[in-house]
Amino acid sequence: MDQLAQIADGVIAGADEQVGELTRQAIQQGTPPKMILDDGLIAGMNVIGERFKAHEIFLPDVLMAAKAMYAGMNELKPLLIKEGIPSLGKVVIGTVRGDLHDIGKNLVGIMLKGAGYEVIDLGKDVAPEAMVRAAQEYDASVIGMSALLTTTMPAMSEVAEILQRERLNGRIKTIVGGAPVTEDFARDIGADAYGYDAANAVERVRSLIGNT
Amino acid sequence: MSEILTFPPAQVMPARDAVLAAQGVMAGNAVPEHIADLHDTAIQRLEETVAPIAMLCEVARTDFADVYRGEERNEPRTPVGDMFGRADHLALFAVTLGEPVSQAIADCFGSHDFALGAMLDAAASEAADKAADLVERRFGETLHGRGWTMPPGAVLRYSPGYCGWHVSGQRQLFDRVRPEQIGLSLTESYLMQPLKSVSGVIIGAARDIHKFAASYSFCSQCETRGCRERIRALFRE
Repeated sequence: MDQLAQIADGVIAGADEQVGELTRQAIQQGTPPKMILDDGLIAGMNVIGERFKAHEIFLPDVLMAAKAMYAGMNELKPLLIKEGIPSLGKVVIGTVRGDLHDIGKNLVGIMLKGAGYEVIDLGKDVAPEAMVRAAQEYDASVIGMSALLTTTMPAMSEVAEILQRERLNGRIKTIVGGAPVTEDFARDIGADAYGYDAANAVERVRSLIGNT
Repeated sequence: MSEILTFPPAQVMPARDAVLAAQGVMAGNAVPEHIADLHDTAIQRLEETVAPIAMLCEVARTDFADVYRGEERNEPRTPVGDMFGRADHLALFAVTLGEPVSQAIADCFGSHDFALGAMLDAAASEAADKAADLVERRFGETLHGRGWTMPPGAVLRYSPGYCGWHVSGQRQLFDRVRPEQIGLSLTESYLMQPLKSVSGVIIGAARDIHKFAASYSFCSQCETRGCRERIRALFRE
């Protein structure tokens, strides 16, 4: 089995130390970083994403694979930056103003990174203006918003309104999610997409950015 | 009556099935060994970090009316609004697992131990509910000690943010209970910190009073329908 397939398998198995070591070896042997990323780390996470979607594995399996992916990324990241290799796209994420529940947002961020996106995580209790400002500052294509409370959901529509008002809604897309959020709500506030869980959010971001 | 209650961590440890279900491993599924190990580690971490502490504050109906009215943002009709006037006893409460467990969850995510962090988060959410159950039970025992019997009476808790009782009701509840004494605070958006906390009112009333149809204006938008199971459980006891 070639080294990149071994890295992918290590990600799938959630073997973080092994993935870190194999990634180091691949770098030392001169394998191009982009190849290690695409054919090793992301390839492994793609398999995990498909298996999760097919209900063949559970959430902890996805998260253990993500940890392994991060171990590889820790080795690769300096090289990717040095060589100016772009990610699949930039996504700003945050839990909306007034909401402190960040577990769902964290899971989306982990899975987006696993799929090859650059994630700018603004944390929790993030003001609508701050989300838009960060998206502009980082030149992000998507803003992802999470809410666990019905009372904090209106902050999502404020982001959509700011983007419309400032004529940024063509360039910066929005995706919303969280326990009380529905597809209908997303449509009503003018969000571009709704993710019903973390895996689905990655798929919807792929569509928004045009990586399908 | 206002009292501070503490509970041993062992009393709030959640049921394995409930924690695993929150991770998508439903009862009846074979639990892979690595996930079982992860669960056990999370429970151990939880036991090391939780320090359940609560405040329980008995109130008169007129006082609760002020708390319930809150910032006048409740739905026009709610189960709590319909039943508290017929209650025999009312107590406000706030219970928290403490800050260290929230920090432990954050630490897991910070060190990329995502699976453990998510499992610990799910376990802590279940534990917070169990801690609220203990407060509810304690109030029931207190009432029982005064000769108020169950059945025909029953105690059940209700929280701001659910069933039409607007979350802004937290402000009046906090003003009355003063849970700052046990390390609980409220954000501007009425969220409790530490996050793994529960607050509300415990209503002691004839059991039938707790039984309501899911026909309120907001019920059609409710995704959890948790009230149905709580009412069913009350009549199973």
